[in-house]
Amino acid sequence: MSLQRRLTPYVFAAPAVAIMVIGLFYPVVEALRLSFYEVRLGEPISPQAFRGLTIFLEAVQDPSVRDSMAVTLEFSVIVVTLEMVLGVGLALVLEAPIRGMTVLRTLFVLPMMIAPICVGLIWRYMFDVNVGPINGWLSILDLKPAWLAEPGLAFFAICVTDIWQFTPFVFVLALAGLQGLDRSAIEAARIDGASAWQTIVYVKLPLLAPILMITLLMRVIDALRGLEVVYAMTNGGPGLSTELFSLHIYKSAFVTQRMGYSAALSVCLLIVTTALSALLLTRTSPLRRLAR
Amino acid sequence: MTVTSLSQDRIAHTGRFSALLILACLSILPILVMLSTSLKTQRQIFNSDSSFFIVPTFENYRNVLEGRFLGYLTNSVLVSIVSTLVTLVLGTMCAYAMSRFSFAARSPIAVGTLLLRTIPPAVLAIPLYFILTPLRLEGLTGLTISYVALNLPFTIWLLYGFIEQIPTELEEAATIDGCGPYRLFFTLILPLLKPGLAAAAIFTFRIAWNELVLASILTNRASRTLPFGVYLFITDVGIDWGQLMAAGTLVALPPLIFTFVAARQIIMGLTAGAVKG
Repeated sequence: MSLQRRLTPYVFAAPAVAIMVIGLFYPVVEALRLSFYEVRLGEPISPQAFRGLTIFLEAVQDPSVRDSMAVTLEFSVIVVTLEMVLGVGLALVLEAPIRGMTVLRTLFVLPMMIAPICVGLIWRYMFDVNVGPINGWLSILDLKPAWLAEPGLAFFAICVTDIWQFTPFVFVLALAGLQGLDRSAIEAARIDGASAWQTIVYVKLPLLAPILMITLLMRVIDALRGLEVVYAMTNGGPGLSTELFSLHIYKSAFVTQRMGYSAALSVCLLIVTTALSALLLTRTSPLRRLAR
Repeated sequence: MTVTSLSQDRIAHTGRFSALLILACLSILPILVMLSTSLKTQRQIFNSDSSFFIVPTFENYRNVLEGRFLGYLTNSVLVSIVSTLVTLVLGTMCAYAMSRFSFAARSPIAVGTLLLRTIPPAVLAIPLYFILTPLRLEGLTGLTISYVALNLPFTIWLLYGFIEQIPTELEEAATIDGCGPYRLFFTLILPLLKPGLAAAAIFTFRIAWNELVLASILTNRASRTLPFGVYLFITDVGIDWGQLMAAGTLVALPPLIFTFVAARQIIMGLTAGAVKG
């Protein structure tokens, strides 16, 4: 094989790889490096600022970090569980082909397509204590809860928002999965006299399991990554009641102005999302074959 | 089939349809609330008899577009379009190399791409600031580079699936006819990839158009893009809901239009990771 022929794939791949190295890989390395230094925004990194692992230790002992980790854990478990149950449940009930489904499915994906910042602002308005439509409807019952000003209610509000935005994601994926199932297994179960419920539990769900696992992992990773919606709705408040970890990292960069500290926190998040991503990688992908 | 079971079928069908319709309404109701609020005056908003039916006013839009908003809009359009085009070209080239050539760097690229796909923007923001500022690349150029990097993994991975479906016989025939690998790629492969490119373009554009975290750190007053511009409508003295919702509607509009125009590609893009596997 000529040299020119052997170089061809590198010519094709090089530009993309170069950009990913600059924009993704190198920043990750830089975040790791920064996390060992005590630097402020605008300062260069100097050897005198080296602190080793002390910044990490300080970060994990910080009560506000622990609080926000707890909020994140609670938030992701609640929303992802409810989204999976609702999305898959609805898909199972509403599976049969129906006229006009294409249009309805388009409406379902709209909440996922618009900017997260818009989603946050829309729901900030929906839950507004004075002008919000939700309190407008509740005024019939003479109720006027201060949704975004009370810790429990604010947490409830961000959960509702996430469930509104992403249940359709689970629904659309589960629906696509159901429609791709091998009909013969379902037909066999029906002939053997299985009830609709038995067919779901013993045939459909097991066949659907791989897709559901991937959907679940994608949802968890996204729940850990996103911060814009909450940033716009509550900015983490009141107190730290809705301070997701990703939002805490983002705010710490501005509030504390300590870049090393913020980087140390981001490395913690990165470890979790990368581990989940690696798990996802073992489950799926058209590139799986290559990755071996 | 008996008459009763037929009518039962019809009832079940109607029931399913109504359920789906209610769900669809729940999905779009908050978006409609944003739209209707953007068409109200401040007084109508505070007299919240929560009615949808008002005489619409475009006052909010006029006010929004009079400020700095137009500059943010220009920046957003520029960054989104350039980063989408660059991502598509580079991503397709890389996916083509991975699909059609066997080379030493293939595995590392595949694994790297898949792992970097889920990196949180909050992790990237600060290091990118440290990397790009000394190179004088903060602002729109740096932001565009970041968005290309952010979008490449998904694009490569989506288009790889499409390229795999093109039979290699076509390329073999063209090669025998004396067509070199680069001409082959641009004249034969790229045109065949239109559906995949459309899906990738929508997702890439959407990320660049909607992104807030990197934009808020890498841009300044002159290079600010829309999402952060919208956020700035929230001030300490209070919120002008009408203007905020008008700004929000303007930002939400392009993705909404894309979704209606290319619903099929979007569903494909959403399900590509899980369902095709």
